Parts: sequence; C-alpha cells; structure tokens
Amino acid sequence: MAILSAEKLDLGYEGQTIVSGLEFSVNAGDYLCIVGENGAGKSTLMKTLLNLTPPMGGKVILGDGLKRSEIAYLPQQTIVQKDFPASVREIVLSGCQSRAGLRPFYNKEEKALAAENMERMGITDLAKRCYRDLSGGQQQRVLLARALCAARKLLLLDEPVSGLDPRVTLEMYELISRLNKEGITILMISHDIDAAVQYATHVLHVGKHIFFGTKEEYLNSDAGRYFVSMERNETTGGEQ
Amino acid sequence: MYSLAEYLQRSFVINALIVGVLTALCSSLLGVTLVLKRFSFIGDGLSHVAFGAMAIAAVLRSGHILNLGNDMVVVLPLTILSAVLLLRTGQNTRIKGDAAIAMISVGALAFGYLLMNISNASSNLSGDVCTTLFGATSILTLQSWEVWLCVILSLVVIAVFILFYNKIFAVTFDENFARATGTNVNAYNLLIAVVIAVIIVLAMDLVGSLLISALVIFPALSAMRIFGSFRSVTICSAILSVVCAFSGMILSIMTGTPVGSTIVAVDVAVFAICSLIGAVKRGGLR
Repeated sequence: MAILSAEKLDLGYEGQTIVSGLEFSVNAGDYLCIVGENGAGKSTLMKTLLNLTPPMGGKVILGDGLKRSEIAYLPQQTIVQKDFPASVREIVLSGCQSRAGLRPFYNKEEKALAAENMERMGITDLAKRCYRDLSGGQQQRVLLARALCAARKLLLLDEPVSGLDPRVTLEMYELISRLNKEGITILMISHDIDAAVQYATHVLHVGKHIFFGTKEEYLNSDAGRYFVSMERNETTGGEQ
Repeated sequence: MYSLAEYLQRSFVINALIVGVLTALCSSLLGVTLVLKRFSFIGDGLSHVAFGAMAIAAVLRSGHILNLGNDMVVVLPLTILSAVLLLRTGQNTRIKGDAAIAMISVGALAFGYLLMNISNASSNLSGDVCTTLFGATSILTLQSWEVWLCVILSLVVIAVFILFYNKIFAVTFDENFARATGTNVNAYNLLIAVVIAVIIVLAMDLVGSLLISALVIFPALSAMRIFGSFRSVTICSAILSVVCAFSGMILSIMTGTPVGSTIVAVDVAVFAICSLIGAVKRGGLR
C-alpha cells in the first residue's frame, strides 16, 4: 500500500493554479525524483505535501500508518541561516522538537538520537563548530541529520545539491542513496536529470506534460526523452 | 557632589538600579531572536506605538475621564495588540512587513504628539514629549509598587524565555521546518510578539521610546560578533546588557547625564569593542 499519494491534486498559491490533476503514489522504500522546469511548481508541490500550503484542489493522502510527524524535510537554505550563530549540535537537536512536544527541554533519548544521527552523517567532530563557519556540503549534512531526528520513514529533499561543487554533490547523492537503502523513502526535487536517472526508482515530471512512472518508463516516454536531451544540452551549453 | 557609596545608600538609587538591570536583562534575551528573524524594526515600531499609547493615557488622565493610577494599564494592552497586528501583517504579502511597521510606527508617533498638543494636558509639553522619547528621570522617583510590578513582569519574561528556549530556537532557525514537523509556529511567533511588547513597555521608563530598540539589539549584535552558538550568544548578550545598563546608570548618576542615552552610549561602545574582538578572533583563525 502507498504511504503517500496524491489524488487529482491542484497546486498553486495566491489563487493561481500552476499544476492541475496531479496523481502519483509513493510506496515504502521508493526513491522518487521530482523534475521539471523552473517555476513548474516543484517547490509548491513539496510545500503542499508538507502541509505548509493548502492544495487548490484534490488531496494528499497518507497511508500505511504514516503519521505527519514521521515525515522529515530538508529545505533549501534561507539567507537567515547562512549567518546564524548556532552550533551544529544545537541545530541537529532542534530536529527533535516535535518529539519533545510541550516538554521544555530535551531528554536523554533525544540527545542520544541527535548524537546517533550526527555520527551517521559523519559530522560528530563538528558538533561544537558554528554553523555559519562550515562549508556548503557540511551545512547540508547538518540539516540532513536534523531531518533524520525529526522522522525516520519519509524524507523530502528540496534541491539538496544546489550550490555544491561536483565532488560534494556526488558525496551528497551517495549519502541519500545510502539512506534509501537503509529503508527510508526518499522524495527529492532536483534540477539534475542525470542524478535522477542514476539513483531514483521513480520519476515525477511536473510541467506542461505531467509524467509519473518508474525510471525506465520515464526514459522511454516522449516527455522524458525530450527533457533529458534538453537538460543535457543546457548543461554542456552552460559550461562552454 | 556625593560619592558613589553615598548614592548607593539611597533607596531610590537602589530601586532604579534594580529596575534598570532587570529591564536590560529581559530586553537582551529576545534581542537575539529579533535580530536573527530580521525583526529588529518591530521593536522600533512597537516603541513608537507605546509612545502613542502613553499620550492617550496622559489625555485620559488629565481629562479625568479615566484614571487607573498607572499609565501602564493603558499602554501595555495597546502595545500587545499592535505587536499581534504587526506580526499578522508581516505574514501578509500585500503589505510587506517593513512597510507595515513604518506605517504603524510613524502613525502612532504623529497621533501621540497631536493628542498631547490638542489636549494641552501639561504646561510643559515639550518637556513631557522629550522625556517620553528619550527616557525620564522618573526612574529615580519610582514607587515601591512600581518596582515590584517591574520585578514580577521581568521574572515572568525570564521564565517564559527559559521554558520556551528550545522552541524559540527552532522557530528562529527554520520556521518552515518547524511548521512541517508539526510545531505550532504561529503560536510561538505570537508568544514572542507579546513578550516583546511587555519588554518595550517595561523599558520605556528607563531609556524612553526612541532608544528602546538599542537596548534590544545592541547586546545581541555585540554577542554575535564573538560567539558561534545560540546558547553562548544568548548568555553573553544578557551579561553584556546588564553590565552596560548598570555602568551606564552609575555613570549618569555620577555625571548628571541623561540615563537612557548614557546607557545606549555604553552599549554602542561595547559593540565597537566586540566587533574589534570578533575581527581579531576571525583573523587569528585564518
């Protein structure tokens, strides 16, 4: 049974619909990559899935006993965060906020969970460092560790590699792929069609033509072939 | 000219110091959050609202329409209400947050002065306006119940801050993440706004409504130059604020300078020193 599915979902904000009639479903253990042009509604889709923006129509259904508090989220960095005086440990621990509920302070289990996830992301030695002094890749690992504190079943990632150099980008993809193999369902927004094709099990293409299916189906579809070739041309064009 | 020891034997000086130090402590606590959330101007806007509310209270009092014994009874609810309104409009995309703050703050300032003028509440109008804007000597003539009110309100603010420290951090660092994982962000933003309103009303007697923002943001900015974790920044800004307020008050009593502006001058000097230390520290690391 699907843990997350969208039924006739219409997306938009401030009264304007961007995408309509979106239908897809995610099963436990899937790695779904959401691709599409800029402004196609990828980020809005993620916000809608997270209940940050109400859908214009249709609905998002959580299934298989998945609770909203079990969905983790790796947002795009905000300007505020880039210059934020907080230690790595403080930030990772703040992922336990929803577990703590109204209790004012974190208990032992939550602190242990934070330590465990820092270890998992390989940032234990950075625990006392200030977030703003870290490199882009390290910052993403910190936010990923925080997300893992919040939830274990489903992870939503919004452009996790934007602004990272190629080597760190590769590391980040490997890390996400490892989490997926450990049993976490991944939903990732990406510009990077090559990565989508390499790591994902399913692809959701948002835009004029909506496509949802497995990676193989996508590569054989018209929308997929067109988009992959276009993105590749664009990438090589940009490097020249 | 009395010596410092002689001043410290007088109860009105002790009262003023207690109120000053507690007010400075409270205002510095939320300063870090305000600066990081890019809300510095909300403090400024609210202090102007408090000025307007003060004028209303003065008019009511002089016209014998309503005399509640203390202006705070009128000023506090009005300021809290404006804090809530400002926060609401800040989230509204039609009127951007900064424009809304500018509107409310200059509006309140103008209406406050207008009211004071029309009602002719006092024979020394410009003196009254000046003390409300830049801090009054009234901090030296506090009644004991006023001191107690200030102590209780400060303790409440400090308790709220400690109890909600982790939540305030989560909401400050990443509002969307907190919301997505099920934290009631709006409620905490509301809480922050209400606490700021209380702090501003508290600080009005000390430094006056024009200078309150300085009390809120300077210690936070100074601490952020030096420290790299949220907890140490918060603690450092609290200590800096208390030290600045205390030494500023002593300095003003000894030399006869205005209380509010002396404290703020000390805050500015400390900020300069902290910036220097921060620059040296960062330069040394590289």
